[in-house]
Amino acid sequence: MAERFSPGETVRIREAYPPGHIRTPVYVRGKVGVVTRPFGRFRNPETLAIGRDGYPEKMLYEVRFLQKDLWPDYRGSGSDTLLLDIYEHWLERAS
Amino acid sequence: MPDLHEHEHGHDHAPGHAPPQPDETIHSYYQLLGLAMKELLIEKGVFTAEEMRAAIEARDAIEPAQGARVVARAWSDPAYKARLLADGPAAVREMGIDPGETHLIVVENTPQLHNVIVCTLCSCYPRQIIGLPPSWYKSREYRARIVREPRAVLKEFGTELPEHVELRVHDSTADMRYLVLPMQPSGSEGAGPDALAALVTRDCMIGVTVPKLG
Repeated sequence: MAERFSPGETVRIREAYPPGHIRTPVYVRGKVGVVTRPFGRFRNPETLAIGRDGYPEKMLYEVRFLQKDLWPDYRGSGSDTLLLDIYEHWLERAS
Repeated sequence: MPDLHEHEHGHDHAPGHAPPQPDETIHSYYQLLGLAMKELLIEKGVFTAEEMRAAIEARDAIEPAQGARVVARAWSDPAYKARLLADGPAAVREMGIDPGETHLIVVENTPQLHNVIVCTLCSCYPRQIIGLPPSWYKSREYRARIVREPRAVLKEFGTELPEHVELRVHDSTADMRYLVLPMQPSGSEGAGPDALAALVTRDCMIGVTVPKLG
């Protein structure tokens, strides 16, 4: 039940495009961010969406990205960030 | 000038009176699916039409003012603010608000940090705390642009952030629901809870604007 990733760890979002109900936005796939906090375990929306029970539960993390890493032509401050919630099976170690 | 309204039929017309329009036709596949599901659930006795009506009415009755009371308390009570940031659901319960199943995360604006919320995938929103989202929150334009060019979007809402302030966008992609704790406007110190709450609008708690005096 332990978390695989710790706050401060650099992670890459898997660059995968499986079919179905996926709650990992396309704009962060393949991008590198930093884990800020774990949120605990939640039923998997990808299997809930097809009428299953969502078990086993998946660890959910908050991951922070620098906007300039998401959008090469980002106009705004270099310190602007975007945070979102990502399930563990979408994260890979990046460092 | 001829009187175009010559007929006699015993009632007054308000100015600008227009004949009643037919209801909008429901076209979408998912709207029809939703209606069919509702009818079946009622027919099978899972819930009654009255229970469904009452649930919709209760949901529609939740107003941003409820969240504004929470913000006002956090402004004037540092210990409460700490509890709110640490455990949103428990802290709103203290104020008599039922968070339901909401995993509420309250994010605090500071002189160095401004938060704004979105759900790029659908329309996740802290409905249990501040009611239904405005229609623009659910629009594709807001959802696409607030992650891509958030400073330009905020500017269109009349909010210009200094360059040194970190703008932090929270995309509600999973089970968490975000609520922005705005900064208390200077000059409002010492005001009572109702006067403070009156400064806090829905848009402040989404993060597209900030509370203003007057």
